Parts: sequence; structure tokens; C-alpha cells
Amino acid sequence: MTVDLGPLWLTVKLAAVTTVLLMLFAMPFSWWLAHTRSRWKPAIEAVTALPLVLPPTVLGFYLLILMSPNSTLGGAWVSMTGDTLTFSFTGLVIASMIYSLPFAVQPLQAAFEQAGLRAVEAARTLGAGPIDRFWSVALPMARRGLLTAAILTFAHTIGEFGVVLMVGGNIPGETKVISIAIYEHVETIRYAEAHVLSAILMVFSFMVLLVVYVSNRQGQVSLR
Amino acid sequence: MNGSEGLFLTIRLARPGFNLSVLARLPPLGLTAVFGRSGAGKSTVLRAIAGLETEAQGEIRFNGTVWQAGQGRMPAHKRRIGYVFQDARLFPHMSVRRNLEYGLDRAPRQPGPTVEDVAALLGIGHLLDRRPATLSGGEAQRVAMGRAFLSRPQLLLMDEPLAALDQPRKAEILPYIEKLRDVAEIPILYVSHSVAEVARLANHIVLMEEGSVVLAGPAHTVMADPTAAPFFGVREAGVLIEATIVAHHADGLTELATRGGPLYLPHAGRAPGSVIRVRVLAQDVMIALRKPEGISALNVFPVTVTRIRDGDGPGVLVSLASGGLDLMARITKRSANALGLRPGLSCHAVLKTVAVDPSDIGAGADGPTG
Repeated sequence: MTVDLGPLWLTVKLAAVTTVLLMLFAMPFSWWLAHTRSRWKPAIEAVTALPLVLPPTVLGFYLLILMSPNSTLGGAWVSMTGDTLTFSFTGLVIASMIYSLPFAVQPLQAAFEQAGLRAVEAARTLGAGPIDRFWSVALPMARRGLLTAAILTFAHTIGEFGVVLMVGGNIPGETKVISIAIYEHVETIRYAEAHVLSAILMVFSFMVLLVVYVSNRQGQVSLR
Repeated sequence: MNGSEGLFLTIRLARPGFNLSVLARLPPLGLTAVFGRSGAGKSTVLRAIAGLETEAQGEIRFNGTVWQAGQGRMPAHKRRIGYVFQDARLFPHMSVRRNLEYGLDRAPRQPGPTVEDVAALLGIGHLLDRRPATLSGGEAQRVAMGRAFLSRPQLLLMDEPLAALDQPRKAEILPYIEKLRDVAEIPILYVSHSVAEVARLANHIVLMEEGSVVLAGPAHTVMADPTAAPFFGVREAGVLIEATIVAHHADGLTELATRGGPLYLPHAGRAPGSVIRVRVLAQDVMIALRKPEGISALNVFPVTVTRIRDGDGPGVLVSLASGGLDLMARITKRSANALGLRPGLSCHAVLKTVAVDPSDIGAGADGPTG
């Protein structure tokens, strides 16, 4: 039995890139959501939460349509880069960011709302401008939410299957992530390889959740 | 007072069930207490001055600088104000020292008190390396005061800084607020619904009710104004007297000089020459038509009736003047009629010695000794 670890590395790469890009987007976006008095806020929150309830195949289906070279977005991408978004690593990153959006936004928004607003108001009266008070007060105070958001995004992307299958297919080194590899091993009745990869995912997921809960607990203790 | 000095504001704000409409001009120095019941709009006014209340309409000018006019608003972080919130709102991820430095780091470079100076003034020097979560409520509030003061503000706003604390903590912090008032060379606006705090701290008082200013002026004038009595409560109605300690007598009494003559009270614990503030409650003042003799009370002032104001119940408030000293007496309508009190009548005000409660002895210009 030889287990191809390529899908594992690809998965880790996808999760890392997705997490970094999504956090960069989610930080200002969650900050805005936590503060805004816009009447569109509930609608925007609902859209953000959609990936939580939609079957990944539905999300993947729409993303496939949106990113196909025949669509406006997919076509523009092809004319800009010469590459298609569908069945490519870039397309997977975009799909993963949308798929994991609620996992990044919700903990961050809650952290900004819970801890930050009153202290941020104090920072305003102490002469801190908007960007200053975001970096010096809001973000450090929301750091546990930030950590939770990053870990959940990373872990959620690792476990992604349906969306990848729809928009990424099964191209080794490009879109063949670990969950796809496991599925393929099972389909071809190569249970030993499926076992190895599944066990790796299992242990990894457990470790991630353990880190989240331990860090949450330490946070609570240090607050006393 | 120069025309552009101090704070000038006309603020309007409408919310369901609440209309705020405030026009006020506040002096450029000293502590101005904004007094009123809960829900009178005091905190909203303070937040509007700070630039935290985005819905407030109107105009705000401070020492000639326009903070708000029409649609133009100077952002809160550019107004150079210090704000002490009811909840201390310290930054939990920073040490006490870093909290104190936060505003200082962002203030224009100019000479002024250092972190050490302010820590010593407020008695928080031993806390500098601690985290805010480990502080008591009183300690946290003192750090918050220091943090606001160190940001080199032009105006210090304090929004019921003692309201969240229990009685012993309040008593612990009041002397520090007095110190701050006396060393800060900037005006302080202090929101409170506690008569005791206002009587002790205020140089000026703005009385608010249901979103409007009812009365404003120097503290002793407002406190002695019978129309203000219902707001302070009939039991709390009284006057403030600034007095200089003349001597401590061997029998335990302290002699004070007031504008109306000598005043005696139990040992005041301050050095001769110090100026202190005492409060004389209206319910502790009696009126006699002739100078009473054979009476145990030590403090008897010849006075003239200046005003009589009927209350809702059986009582009336009688304003009395003795030289430059204002007094107020709360007596029954029946007594007022029996004595034939009317404005201009000369009579005598009798203060029971106990009427001058040592706990009401506030600090004057040179700070407390204890």
C-alpha cells in the first residue's frame, strides 16, 4: 500500500491560503457589521450565514455557474489571466472563502460587539482615530474571537468536500484535496488508503477543536 | 469672562418619548455639575459635547473653536476632551501604566503632568504594573480618571463616575475628584444625580429636567434658590457657605469666618486659614423675630427675609440674607403666618450647631488634608 500524501499537502495549502485571505476580508467586514446601523444589516447577516444551511452542492452549483468561462465573472478572469476559475486552485480558494465565510465572520463580529464597543468609545475620547482604535483596542480585545475564527476557517476548509467536487473536480496537485482523495479510494475499494487519510483528518480535527476549547478556557481563567 | 471663552452649546435631540433641548453657556474654569434626575438627559448632553452622540443637532463651541455647527462635526478624537465613563472602560489587554499612557501618547507634545505625577495625585502608583481585571471598582475608576486627565484635555467630562460604586468606595474617591478639580487648570463638567456630590464638588450647577435646563449659575446661588429645592428634595435643600477657618478653640469648636459673621462648628480638622465649604440644610434653620436669648444654639445670624416660596405640602422655604451670606429656612406655613414673615422683614436665623454636619465639610481651594 502506498498512500499518496499529495492531496494532504494540497489541502493544507488550500486551507492556509483561504484562512489568510478570508481573515483579511473578515476583519474589516465584521468590524463594519458590528458597528453599522444600516437597515440592510439583517439581510447582509443572513446572506453571510447562508453557507451554514445550504447543502455544499447548492453552493458549489451556483459557484460553478458563476465561475464558468461563459459567465461574466469567469469570462473576465479568463481574459485577464488566460486561466479558467473552474477546476483550478484559484477557483477553489474563492469557493472556500465563500463556503467558510460564516465561520470567520460570526466569531469576529460577536467578539467586536461584546468586548470592543464601549472600550473603543473610550479610545475615541482619548484621541485615537478610527484605524488607530481598531488596531490598538478593538482587535487586541477581540483576539480570542480572531483565533477562533482563524482556526474554524482553517479546519472547515480542510473538511470541505461538496463544493470542491462541484467547482474543482479531481485534478491531482491542483484540486484533488484530501476529502476527494478519500472518496476516490472508497469508490475504488482501496479501504487501507482511505483509512490512513481518514485517520489523519480525524486526529487533526480533534486537535484543532482541543486547541480552540483549551484557549477559550485559558481566556476565561485569565479574566478573573 | 471673555465672550468666546468656555463652552457654549445649543443641542436638540428627539427620540421617542424624549426631547432634549439644551441651551447653555458654561464657565471656562471650575467644576460645573450637571444635576437632575435619571432620564433628565444629562448624560446625553455630555455625550453630545464629546461628539459621541451622532444624532444630536445644534451648535457646540469651546473656547472659540467650533466643535459642531450645522452638518459639520469635529470627530470626537480631535476635540481634546477627557471623558470618564460610569463604567471605567479600561483596556483589559493593557497594564494600568499602558492605560494611563494611551491618551498621553496621542496628545500633542506639551508640558504637563507625567504618569508618575498623576499616579501620585490619585494614589494609584502601586497599581501601575497590574492588569485592569485585578483592580477594585474604586481603583479602576481612579485609573480611568488619570487616563482621561493625562490625555492633556481642554475639557474634562465626567459622567456619574461614582454611580456604579458603593458608599464606602464613593467616599474613598471623592477626595481624589476634589484634588483633580483643584490641580486641573481646565473646566470640568460633572454629571450627577447625587445632591451630596454636587454640594461638595460643584463651583457651578446646571439643573436639568426632562431634557431642558431649568436653572444654571454659581453653586451657592443655585443651591440657595428656592425654585431648585424640589429638585434637590426638601430634605436636601440648603445653602453652601464658603468659610475660612479662624481658630480651633480649646473646647473643641472651630471658629469660621463667613460673609455673614462668625460660624462655630465641631472641630473641622483643617489648619487655620484654609477655606472650606459647609452646607446648611434648610430644615436645620429656625427663624426668630427677636434675637433669641437663653438658647443653646451657637450660630445666630441677623438676617433679612428676601423671598418666601410655598411648597406643595405644609412647608414654605424662606430665603434669608445676612450681609453677603444667603441662608434658607424650611418652616411650616402656619409658622410663617404667625411670624408675619414677608420680604424685607428683619429677623434672626438660628442654626443648630449640629446643622453643620462634618461629613458635609468639603475641601476648598487648597485640597483636603485627610
